[in-house]
Amino acid sequence: MREGTMVEAGTKVSSAIRGSGDAMVRMDGVHKWYGQFHVLKDINLTVAKGERIVVCGPSGSGKSTMIRCINRLEEHQSGHIVVDGVELTNDLKRIEEVRREVGMVFQHFNLFPHLTVLENLALAPVWVRQTPRKEAEESAMKYLERVRIPEQAKKYPGQLSGGQQQRVAIARALCMNPKVMLFDEPTSALDPEMIKEVLDVMVELAHSGMTMLVVTHEMGFAKTVANRVIFMDRGEIIEENEPGEFFTHPRSERTKLFLSQILAH
Amino acid sequence: MNDRAQTYLPGTHPDLPPPPSMVGVYGWLRANLFSSPVNVILTLLAAYIIYLAFPPLIQWVFINADWQGDTREACRREGACWVFVKVWLRQFMYGRYPSTEIWRINTAYAILALGMIPMFIPRVRGKAWIAAFLLFGYPVVAYYLFYGSAFGQVVVETPLWGGLFLTLVIASVGIVGSLPIGIVLALGRRSRLPIIQSVSIAFIEIWRGVPLITVLFMASVMFPLFMPEGLTIDRLARALVGVMLFSAAYMAEVVRGGLQAIPKGQYEAAQALGLNYGKMMALIILPQALKLVIPGIVNTFIGLFKDTTLVLIIGLMDFLGTIQSAGTNPQWLGFAIEGYVFSALVFWVFCFGMSRYSQHLERKLRTTH
Repeated sequence: MREGTMVEAGTKVSSAIRGSGDAMVRMDGVHKWYGQFHVLKDINLTVAKGERIVVCGPSGSGKSTMIRCINRLEEHQSGHIVVDGVELTNDLKRIEEVRREVGMVFQHFNLFPHLTVLENLALAPVWVRQTPRKEAEESAMKYLERVRIPEQAKKYPGQLSGGQQQRVAIARALCMNPKVMLFDEPTSALDPEMIKEVLDVMVELAHSGMTMLVVTHEMGFAKTVANRVIFMDRGEIIEENEPGEFFTHPRSERTKLFLSQILAH
Repeated sequence: MNDRAQTYLPGTHPDLPPPPSMVGVYGWLRANLFSSPVNVILTLLAAYIIYLAFPPLIQWVFINADWQGDTREACRREGACWVFVKVWLRQFMYGRYPSTEIWRINTAYAILALGMIPMFIPRVRGKAWIAAFLLFGYPVVAYYLFYGSAFGQVVVETPLWGGLFLTLVIASVGIVGSLPIGIVLALGRRSRLPIIQSVSIAFIEIWRGVPLITVLFMASVMFPLFMPEGLTIDRLARALVGVMLFSAAYMAEVVRGGLQAIPKGQYEAAQALGLNYGKMMALIILPQALKLVIPGIVNTFIGLFKDTTLVLIIGLMDFLGTIQSAGTNPQWLGFAIEGYVFSALVFWVFCFGMSRYSQHLERKLRTTH
C-alpha cells in the first residue's frame, strides 16, 4: 500500500523539478518515527543545486525533523536520502562525508562558548578539512567580514548579542565551504530588532547562489528569496509552490488556515 | 546648589558616585557584619569567642613555645615543643631515605618547581610543551631519580621511601592517573554500546562501594595470593594502583556530572560540522564539561591527598606515619600533639594551595561576563 503511494509521489516530484541530474538533496519516501509517533510521513523532496526552499508549517509539523534528517542529526527509518550523490545510511564515514558538505544553522546558535569567535570558525576547517591554521583563520576573517562583524573575532560568544551570535554561526557553517546550507528557525530566538541583521546576511547568501533549505516563519524572507515554499503539517508535505502562488492562491484548506494565522498581524 | 534638587533633561543625566554608606570600610562593615540586629549580635558573639580562644592558642604556639635546642631537655616551658619537629624534620620529609641520596628527591622537587613556574606566567609561550613534559617526561625522570639505577646511582628500595615525600608520590600518581581513567570511565558510562556501558558501570560501582582501607588491604594482603609463584609486585606499586583506581571511580562520576550539563546543541553543532566522536569530545564537549566540574575535581583531589594517610595501615610510612612513629619514640614521648599540629598545618597548606589554584583556574577559563 505504502509502496504504491511512494512511487506515485516520487514521480510527481521528479517531474516537478525537471529531472534530478542536478539534484543536491533528494528525499524519497522518507518515514520517521519517535517510538510510536509517526513524525515524517512519506516525504518526497528534491532540491536542485542553487535552489532556495523555505519550509513552513505549524509547530510539531515535522519541518525541523525533516531538515535535520538531511545531515543525519535525526535518523530516518525508511526511504532514501541522497545528498550530493551520497546516500545516508548507518555508515559513519558517509555520514561524516555528508556533514562536511552540509552547513547547519540552529535556532539557538550553538556556538562553542569556550572558544573565541575566530576559534569557533577555524575549528572545523582545521580539524576536519586539515586546513593549515593560518589559512583557516584568514578565510574565517573573510567570512566574518561577509557577515559584517570582523571586529568581534577575538571575543567569546557570551559577549555578543543574539543577532551577532547567529551571524557568527552562519559564518562558522560557511567556513566549511558547504554545498547546502540548512537553517533551522534561525531567527526564532532573536529579539525583534536583531532579526533583520540576520535576515540581511541570509538574503546576501541567497543571492550568491547558495543552495538553501530554510525553516522559518519569516514570510517576507520567503517572498523575496525563495524559489519554492513548502508547507508541512502533521509530518506531511501538504503543499509546495513558488512563493507568489503560494501566498496568493494556497490550494489546501490547511495552508489557508495557517497563512491566515501568521499573516493576520 | 543642592544636588538633589538638580533636574536634568532626558538623556543628560550624568553618572553619580554611589552614596558613602555603600563604599569603603564603613560600607563593608555595614554590609557584612552589622546589616541586621541578628547579625550585630552574631558579630559580637563571634568577637567574644575569638577573644576567649585566641590568646591561649597564641601563647601555646608562639609565646611559651620552645624553639631552641636538639634534645627533649630543651623543652622546659609550658608551650609547644617545636624542637621535636625540628629534630625529626628530616624523617618527616623523607622517611628512611638514605641521607646521602636525599639530593635526588630535592633535585626532582626543583625540576618540578622549575617546570611549574612558567605555567603561572601568562606571557610564556609553548605552555603545551611544558605541560606535556610535566605529564609524560617528568614521571620517568622522577622515577629514575627516586628509585635509581639509570646512571649508576644507588638503588633506593621503596620500603625506605617515606615521609612527606611518599605522601606526595602517592598523591601525585593518584591525581595524574585518576583523571584520565575517570574521563574514560565517564565516557564509557554514557556510551550507547551496551558492553562498554555495563563494564564502566560495574567498575565504577564496585570501586566506589568499597572503602579505601579495604582496597589497600586487598592490594597488600590478598593480591599476592593470586599471583603466580615467584612473581612479586612492589607493595608501593600495588598501593599506587589501588589509590589510582579508587579515585578514578569517584572522578568518573564527577566528570559525568559535567558531561550531563552540556546542552545537546553542542553535540549537534559539532556533529553538523563533520567532527567525529573523538574530536567532538576532545575539542568541544570535554573542555566545557571539565571546566564546569573543576570544583568537583579539586574536591576529589583534596580528598585523595588526605586519604593517602591510610597507606599507614599496610605498613607504608607516609608523612603522618613518620610523625606518629616519632611521637612513640621512647626519647620523645609526650610530644605527639606538636607533631599532629605540624602535620595539620602541612596538609592544610597543600590543600589550600590546590583550592586557590582551582579558583584561579576557574576565573581564567571564564569566558562570559
